[in-house]
Amino acid sequence: MSIAASLPITAIHDEARNLDRGKVGLICLILTEISLFSIFVTAYLFFIGKSATGPQPADVLTVPIWATICLLSSSVTAELAVRGLRANAKGRFQLFLGLTILLGAEFLRQTAMEWNKLINTDHLTIATNVFGTTFYSLVGLHATHVVIGLLLLLLVLLLSLGGAQMHKHERRFEILSWYWHFVDVVWIVVFTVVYVIGL
Amino acid sequence: MASISYPIEEGHPAVRKRAGFWASFVDEWIFTVDHKHLGLMYIIIALLFFVASGLQGALIRIQLMYPNNDFLSPQVFNRMFTMHGTTMVFFVGMPFIAGLANYLVPLMIGTRDMAFPRLNALGFWLTLFGGILLYSSYFAWTGPAGTGSAPDVGWFAYAPLTEKAFSPGSSTDFWILSILMSSTGSTVTAINILATALCLRCKGMTLARMPLLVWMFCVVSFQILVALPPLTAAQVMLLFDRFLGAHFFDTNATGDAVLWRHFFWLFGHPEVYILIIPGFACVTEIIPVFARKPIFGRAAMIGASVSIGVISLGVWAHHMYTVGLPSRANIFFAVATMLVGVPTGIKIFNWIATMWGGRIRLRTPMLWCTAFLFQFLLAGLTGIMLAVAPFDWQLGNSYFVVAHFHYTLIGGLLCTLFAGVYYWFPKATGRMLSETLGKWHFWLLIIGFHVTFDPLHFAGLLGMPRRIYTYPAGRGWEGFNLFSTWGVAIQAVAILIFVWNVLDSLIRGQKAGNDPWDAWTLEWGTTSPPPEYNFAVLPEVRSSRPLWDLKHPEDPDWKYEQS
Repeated sequence: MSIAASLPITAIHDEARNLDRGKVGLICLILTEISLFSIFVTAYLFFIGKSATGPQPADVLTVPIWATICLLSSSVTAELAVRGLRANAKGRFQLFLGLTILLGAEFLRQTAMEWNKLINTDHLTIATNVFGTTFYSLVGLHATHVVIGLLLLLLVLLLSLGGAQMHKHERRFEILSWYWHFVDVVWIVVFTVVYVIGL
Repeated sequence: MASISYPIEEGHPAVRKRAGFWASFVDEWIFTVDHKHLGLMYIIIALLFFVASGLQGALIRIQLMYPNNDFLSPQVFNRMFTMHGTTMVFFVGMPFIAGLANYLVPLMIGTRDMAFPRLNALGFWLTLFGGILLYSSYFAWTGPAGTGSAPDVGWFAYAPLTEKAFSPGSSTDFWILSILMSSTGSTVTAINILATALCLRCKGMTLARMPLLVWMFCVVSFQILVALPPLTAAQVMLLFDRFLGAHFFDTNATGDAVLWRHFFWLFGHPEVYILIIPGFACVTEIIPVFARKPIFGRAAMIGASVSIGVISLGVWAHHMYTVGLPSRANIFFAVATMLVGVPTGIKIFNWIATMWGGRIRLRTPMLWCTAFLFQFLLAGLTGIMLAVAPFDWQLGNSYFVVAHFHYTLIGGLLCTLFAGVYYWFPKATGRMLSETLGKWHFWLLIIGFHVTFDPLHFAGLLGMPRRIYTYPAGRGWEGFNLFSTWGVAIQAVAILIFVWNVLDSLIRGQKAGNDPWDAWTLEWGTTSPPPEYNFAVLPEVRSSRPLWDLKHPEDPDWKYEQS
């Protein structure tokens, strides 16, 4: 007790001196997600050209240019939303956040239409061959991440429309935007693997 | 802050509690987000699963005691070794290290809790319910007598045995889902440890002054984040195979069984370092205190830990020499595996150099550390032998491998964990463990361990394969197996003494005081057990041994340490 009592007295913890725990936590999450995606990407690359029966990628896949444009530009609008929040411009923040959500939703709609065509017209399911197996797993894993990101962004938008003081949570929203950028960058990798190398 | 006295008085709003036994029980052990409670809960469930898994191990050894024994049926034997391995890795090893990290990291870096306390609770409950899910398999389908639907595909679950065609029913699904659940828990815990160590260190604690235990847990957390997803991914793929008819590991439809082994060992090998580095961490904190010297080669220790963390990610295929990889791959993985021996050797050298010339106090924690040094060295040497691909072609999948990894995990890890328990028990409970019972526990466990596992090296060298439920007489294996099973009985007595020691000392143990070992790290600067808020006033440090500085103001460390 005497030692404890004689420990030098200092102010309570100052976050300014140290790293932001939210940012460190999200970077750790991204690290582990990169590892997860790497395994699915490895499996995709490993199984390219190994399907004994059709359909093969070249027979059925078309390059999703429009979906890619939507998703990549949603990163720009997300960043603009962060800047709007930082400038305490509520209208600008809500506008760009809404745009981000719309662009993300359009990406998902494109994916849904692609899958609908593949399943109903081309008769390619996850059980058809190893191409189907790896395609639906990799693209599906990414789409799952888009869905999670969209739900979180939507939550923020609803809170903001409901009158929450979002500029007080600027740091949190910035961290969420990092996650969204990560999902975009993963799409560039998935796009390259599935629609460039694999085609 | 400076106006609050130490410790904070009863009735202060910061320490107000709900009244009544059940209300306070629920607050302290169910709804808690306190890192110390969660840490202890992790260790308690690890010990419970340890007993369950130890019993499975004992049943395996009883079956193998005599040739042509029929104590267990082949089916039950398969379930036993699968559950034994799975439990020891995922529900004993992982919760134990998570518990140590939870309890010690915030105290050692001088803060009040982990960075994300609620995430911490989530990690614990995911781990516990993962374990409960795994064990509920015993009660599924045919019930306890036939040991239910317990998994029977080995803890490595090699494809294509795990495909629906070869493993119908739900046993493999229990294995997949329970581990998926606890892996998620481990991942969030790893994120939490890194965020805590990087963001919440007290004033003056630079990374260079951070305790080595915290450093090593950072390395472990990094490894968990990078190495656990391959298992998670592979398990998700296996679920797709089993439930959606996908073909990842389905060799009938151009799937690939070797791919599973790559993914599994891409996780599995770093996993053994994830388990042993926390052991190193305990030893690194304990040896200096009982040798009365600062750790030798602090910077080298950090460098060695980080390099083990990185190199271990690139050695997985040494578990796959017998698959028939190309020679170039075999050479690469043999060299990489031997390379891990270098930083490990540096560490063993540093621990011995710390003891060299010190005034060694051979109390129970130090005894465990000393045994660890000898046994882990031997385990490392058989590891180097197995790293040589041609040697492994001969002895891979033999009892030599079983003896090797039990040497690392019992002779190495378990000894260090017991060292940690004897060392930090006074801090967590306020009472000392009995030294006399501790020495009985130590010597019986060490003798039992050697009687059990030394002969298995020879059984392996004579060609006894792993995972067989029985063997014919006349191959020269009988004596070794009989000897080995008797060793288990000695170990069981040792564990019973340990359990008795814990229960007895909790009630009647000698009062510990704040700092029974005259140690130097911050956790010994608060009360035993520490209050909920750890430190009424957050400390400020100027060297890597802050309590030394306080006790020896005339000769503090910060005069000599480079900052």
